[in-house]
Amino acid sequence: MKTSEEIYNILKEKFGEEVILNFNTAEPIDAIIEVNPSKINEVSKFLRDSEELKFDTLMLLSGVDDANGTKVKDENEIETIQGGTLSVYYHCHSMEIGHKVTLRVSTPRENPQVQSVERIWRAADWHEREAFDMFGIKFLNHHDLRRILMPDDWGERYPLRKDYVDPEYYNGIKIPY
Amino acid sequence: MGLLDKEFNDGNIVITKTEDLLNWARLSSLWQLSFGLACCAIEMMAASASHYDLDRFGIIPRPTPRQADVIIISGTVTLKMASRVKRLYEQMPDPKYVVSMGSCSNSGGPYWNYGYHVLKGVDRVIPVDVYVPGCPPRPEALLEGLLKLQEKIRHEKLTKQTA
Ligand code: SF4
Repeated sequence: MKTSEEIYNILKEKFGEEVILNFNTAEPIDAIIEVNPSKINEVSKFLRDSEELKFDTLMLLSGVDDANGTKVKDENEIETIQGGTLSVYYHCHSMEIGHKVTLRVSTPRENPQVQSVERIWRAADWHEREAFDMFGIKFLNHHDLRRILMPDDWGERYPLRKDYVDPEYYNGIKIPY
Repeated sequence: MGLLDKEFNDGNIVITKTEDLLNWARLSSLWQLSFGLACCAIEMMAASASHYDLDRFGIIPRPTPRQADVIIISGTVTLKMASRVKRLYEQMPDPKYVVSMGSCSNSGGPYWNYGYHVLKGVDRVIPVDVYVPGCPPRPEALLEGLLKLQEKIRHEKLTKQTA
């Protein structure tokens, strides 16, 4: 079993500072390893295949709106967020060894792109579709990146973003209460 | 006095109005579309099971809209589901009735404000006859709602179209 810090050191030695960006221990429960979004697939493959790590399970992949951009109000008092980041969190677990690790990638809000890990852990397939559905994060090289929960004709609207506003109508049905 | 009681009192001859006869027949065999949406559906199933036994009112689940008389909207209607609910309703033959069960289908329920995905009341897509409040309503409450529906049917007029 390895602690997050040991895993961080292994990864940093293997991939360097360009890819493994930071080790964040500020969160109360899990230490978080920050990874470059365009290299997360390589890091994940290493985590899975390395003899000493053996992360064979992806427990959870979730999108988060960090809402750390600037809030801008338009003439109708509707607030939107500009700049800042959207993040994806990966909670990995090794069934065989029994250790866990949390990874994070952050990607710019205006053009959120992350490499897909769907080929590495099949569990990521629908989780990535959900993160795409709710936050509009594009997972590059995902084989079937469609909406999973919202209707297909929902348009370019991502309901879990902090600045999301309900549209007035959907297919002629009034939405607000 | 029900039609059957009359039959036993007055020999074998029943004299009644066409209206009453039709209404009696309709309200005594309300086949519900067997269709559930969310947590409320669990209570609806409990109401159908032996303990509450909807069957004693002639209410049995029917798995096709073509042969159903009443649709119980039992739970959260999402925007994605709304068009499907509407289509199911349109596939039912007249006369048809709608019972809206639970806060969700009455008005959006817990999602009335922040549910980006929830239809705020099924009456925005189909006409509702009886609203049953609760989250979820107990089976007794659903029973009461269905009895209210029977009462409504009992007083229907041939000359006035309802559904
Ligand atoms: S009214 Fe309550 S119990 Fe019924 S579907 Fe909505 S949340 Fe569930």
